[in-house]
Amino acid sequence: MFDLEVLVTTERERSRKRGGLALGDPAASSGLRFKNRRPEVPASGDNKVKICHCFIRKLLCCSVRLNPDATFLSGGGSFKKGKSKEAEIKRINKELANIRSKFKGDKALDGYSKKKYVCKLLFIFLLGHDIDFGHMEAVNLLSSNKYTEKQIGYLFISVLVNSNSDLIRLINNGIKNDLASRNPTFMNLALHCIANVGSREMAEAFASEIPRVLVAGDTMDSVKQSAALCLLRLNRTSPDLVPMGEWTTRVVHLLNDQHLGVVTAATSLITTLAQKNPDDFKTSVSLAVARLSRIVTSASIDLQDYTYYFVAAPWLSVKLLRLLQCYPPPEDAALRSRLTECLETILNKAQEPPKSKKVQHSNAKNAVLFEAIALIIHHDSEPTLLVRACNQLGQFLQHRETNLRYLALESMCTLASSEFSHEAVKTHMETVINALKTERDVSVRQRAVDLLYAMCDRSNAKQIVAEMLSYLETADYSIREEIVLKVAILAEKYAVDYTWYVDTILNLIRIAGDYVSEEVWYRVIQIVINRDDVQGYAAKTVFEALQAPACHENLVKVGGYILGEFGNLIAGDSRSSPLVQFNLLHSKFHLCSVPTRALLLSAYIKFINLFPEVKATIQDVLRSDSQLRNADVELQQRAVEYLRLSCIASTDILATVLEEMPPFPERESSILAKLKKKKGPGKLPDMDDSRRSVNGSTDSTHSFTDVLNLNPAPSSGANLLIDVFSESSAPAAATDVSEENFPRFVCKNNGVIYENQLLQIGLKSEYRQNLGRMYVFYGNKTSTQFLSFSSSVSSSDLNVHSKAVDPVIEGGAQMQQILNIECVSDFSDAPVLNIQFRYGGALQNIAVKLPVMLNKFFQPTEMMSQDFFQRWKQLGAPQQEVQKIFKAKHPMDTEVAKAKILGFGVALLDGVDPNPANFVGAGVVHTKTTQVGCLLRLEPNMQAQTPNGNAAPPATDPSFPFGAGLPGSHLGICSRCRGEQGDGFVGLKGTWPKSHELKVAFDLASFLPPDGRVCERLLLRT
Amino acid sequence: MFALVANQKVVIDWPCFWVVLGGSFLPRGVYTVLLFKMQFMLLFSRQGKLRLQKWYVPLSDKEKKKITRELVQTVLARKPKMCSFLEWRDLKIVYKRYASLYFCCAIEDQDNELITLEIIHRYVELLDKYFGSVCELDIIFNFEKAYFILDEFLLGGEAQETSKKNVLKAIEQADLLQENIDFQMRLFAAPS
Repeated sequence: MFDLEVLVTTERERSRKRGGLALGDPAASSGLRFKNRRPEVPASGDNKVKICHCFIRKLLCCSVRLNPDATFLSGGGSFKKGKSKEAEIKRINKELANIRSKFKGDKALDGYSKKKYVCKLLFIFLLGHDIDFGHMEAVNLLSSNKYTEKQIGYLFISVLVNSNSDLIRLINNGIKNDLASRNPTFMNLALHCIANVGSREMAEAFASEIPRVLVAGDTMDSVKQSAALCLLRLNRTSPDLVPMGEWTTRVVHLLNDQHLGVVTAATSLITTLAQKNPDDFKTSVSLAVARLSRIVTSASIDLQDYTYYFVAAPWLSVKLLRLLQCYPPPEDAALRSRLTECLETILNKAQEPPKSKKVQHSNAKNAVLFEAIALIIHHDSEPTLLVRACNQLGQFLQHRETNLRYLALESMCTLASSEFSHEAVKTHMETVINALKTERDVSVRQRAVDLLYAMCDRSNAKQIVAEMLSYLETADYSIREEIVLKVAILAEKYAVDYTWYVDTILNLIRIAGDYVSEEVWYRVIQIVINRDDVQGYAAKTVFEALQAPACHENLVKVGGYILGEFGNLIAGDSRSSPLVQFNLLHSKFHLCSVPTRALLLSAYIKFINLFPEVKATIQDVLRSDSQLRNADVELQQRAVEYLRLSCIASTDILATVLEEMPPFPERESSILAKLKKKKGPGKLPDMDDSRRSVNGSTDSTHSFTDVLNLNPAPSSGANLLIDVFSESSAPAAATDVSEENFPRFVCKNNGVIYENQLLQIGLKSEYRQNLGRMYVFYGNKTSTQFLSFSSSVSSSDLNVHSKAVDPVIEGGAQMQQILNIECVSDFSDAPVLNIQFRYGGALQNIAVKLPVMLNKFFQPTEMMSQDFFQRWKQLGAPQQEVQKIFKAKHPMDTEVAKAKILGFGVALLDGVDPNPANFVGAGVVHTKTTQVGCLLRLEPNMQAQTPNGNAAPPATDPSFPFGAGLPGSHLGICSRCRGEQGDGFVGLKGTWPKSHELKVAFDLASFLPPDGRVCERLLLRT
Repeated sequence: MFALVANQKVVIDWPCFWVVLGGSFLPRGVYTVLLFKMQFMLLFSRQGKLRLQKWYVPLSDKEKKKITRELVQTVLARKPKMCSFLEWRDLKIVYKRYASLYFCCAIEDQDNELITLEIIHRYVELLDKYFGSVCELDIIFNFEKAYFILDEFLLGGEAQETSKKNVLKAIEQADLLQENIDFQMRLFAAPS
């Protein structure tokens, strides 16, 4: 302590002396900055309890004295870093030991000390150390009625408690009490905690409670705000648990609230909900437009504290504009014109002189402007607005603020894809090219490259490609590969003259050979092979390029391939006679890697076919020891085989075997796929047909451009020439669909679905409403790799989207594939996963039925006894009911049965059925088109124990299902469902369209095969 | 560590013999409804010391540490005149330096960068107002206050209350509550 006091005084003096330490900071112009000032460290007895201060001071002390890191009070830089770290750790370990002993001690701690120690732990954690105790004490603090103790407890929990902690029940309890307390400060604390942790358990506990708080008339505004955002967070983590109900309309009406803070929070919530259920929140559009219009037209002082640097409610405006982006342009003409007016006003304001010189003013104003432009682009329907937006962005392109230039480039990228504004964007090409050359920040330059890529069309392709190529010479290494891909795509896409294309790609290889991926050079070969008008030129060009003293290996590959195919086209010229060609290629041979050498060997054998006069020379080369006894098996084999081939085969056979490559089939450009993968989806402006037709230059010769795609090169390079056109989509032979493990998955989502001696397939799946995601894990159980691995999912009723997988699984490795599943309407056939791969030369076909059943899309629903009865009785029509009576093979275990029913997907309703032995459940099946509520009831008959009693049950017993149990040793499972058109169970009286489907699912539940100990108990049989 | 124990449990639940852990960074893709606006907010010093962290997406401690480490390095390496936005993994990072502290937010690709920049500024204003010209040590000593103010202002990654007056009012009310209670405590404690 003493040390610190001394230190503080000296530091104070020091910082006074060099008061300018922070003045040069970037915030200086904003008029606000973090000052280099020591805070008032309160003396003991101060009203504000600064519980950790002593400890923090001690810690800082050891770090300030030894560690210049601790603060800006970096007086002595001469101290060793390692030492300070040690001192800190030592100090902390001492403190941790102390706290641990305090917590473990016999003496019960009072609230104050508990708070103190929890706070210390929190501080230690925030310093980056691990904390593995104290959670219980923090949870205890929640039940304290002292505000500060509660507050620290909540803080600890929101910072430290992971969402899947065991303590969550206790925490939930504390929160529940505070939510019920009606004390707004306590309620806020509890809501903040839910929003911060946001775990599924919390969602389960509070998802139905919070909407009530939100729409209750007597809730304070601040609580409403917290509740809205809390609900938003829960909706993000577990959207299936947040019930949609009558409160939706009332939430929408919060947009009309007097309190702008409430409107801000509610807008965020509605935006999130509207993304999921646009129809339910359609009414919010008109309210949002009205609100926006009021804000936009208000004088800046009208909104008082919600005005931010002379901009009226910028956050709210941005959020409202964001909400409107969930919907198409309003159909109502009046509303539409009002919205257009708003957008025009925002655009006009951008032209007005700034009301303040502060950067905050312009930032806030432009934030709204950019969001408005985003909305204009989203609507893509008002040409005048689009062009105005484009002009506005054009101004920003030359703004002195780097941030604005960055954003303008980014926004313009999206504008370029709109047919209305594409031409307007093109007018800024010179500025963008200039930005590419002069910007100092690489991220801005990258945006410029993106924009050039997006604005490119046939009219300006040559210029843009040339600019990009010249930029490539100086570009940062981090973005070179991307630029290479972009140049390759543009050159291909907009090539009218294919000699230009060939030149461009060869240039590309020359400038940035290391960044030219295989896809790019495959592609140029594919195109040359498919277009015979360019073959001669290509051969000539590569021949010339290869004459450079040092050329990139990629060029050697392209050269080898093209000369091998089309060398005859230039052989007439004595400067490029066959022998010259061969010698040129062979001069590069020794500098190349094995795959390239293999390719060159193939080129040589093609030469033998093309030019019989060099046969002897080439045979000599092949026959040399360095080839025939090459250490590399692949090279050796090629040399031996090619040599034999050239010796034995007649000219005719040679000509047939070594015929020119056939044209490649049309496929999507693999380069484009690669760029998409690199940039992530959605980043690439879509340059597809819509745009091309705008430019009015669609031509038939161009239609083939998206041709051929190659499989990634085999690692040996051996099969390159052959594999180039092997397609991996040979039709799968009819194989038996494996459904062996299928029934196990009725009540669970994870496990092994298929296994043989080669392959194990594991599944892990999750479902939310009508969407599902399945992770498929392919495990290679052998020690050799699987080649040309591919998988596809066939489904008649479901939308199943599978991500592409690597074609190779190494031995002993596991690969993951993600399937996204959407349930469109009710279905009965499960999708089938077809897998194909090569193992040791043999093609393997496997088909596995994926366990996606209707009950996976169940969402549990809670309801009271009375509701249940009433609905049960309403659902009496024969097609609404499925009933099954079966014999239990094993003694009934209540817990197991409960677990099974929960696993089936419905909510288990306690205390609903008068007979406690019965199980009652309810759930809603979500499909894209409908939602169907289902009720379920399982009636065990415990009395009848005769194992062989197979007397027919009186299925028509009028008292069933609420009567007594059935005679005989039987269980009854009975479900009733009906089509719904709204939320919950009150809706139109309709019927489930194909009730038998549901029956299938229920049947499955009752026919579970033995699945370990748990399932065996519930093995049920008719 | 709590979080680690919990993670292990997840592993055991999964019966397959290999488990892919920590593969993807954030759940993305089919659930377009699961858009998170702000993903996290970090405050760190020029020396790279983390001063405050707020995560709006569930991540394991290991991932959090990894992200923090990478991001701090990336941001500290940038020069002062560079733009305040950068693409990082599949997120956008918005950052700003105030004296010795960097404020750094990660947002979704589609989000508004400028308004996020102003969120940072508003938070700094709030801290400044509450502490009376704030400095880094204020945040070290009163880290809990910094968190409370952040919670009042931002919740679940969205702006909750953008009015400076209202946020400060809420915080002051809480302080008042605390002082009253302390006062009462002392009153009761006095006789003994």
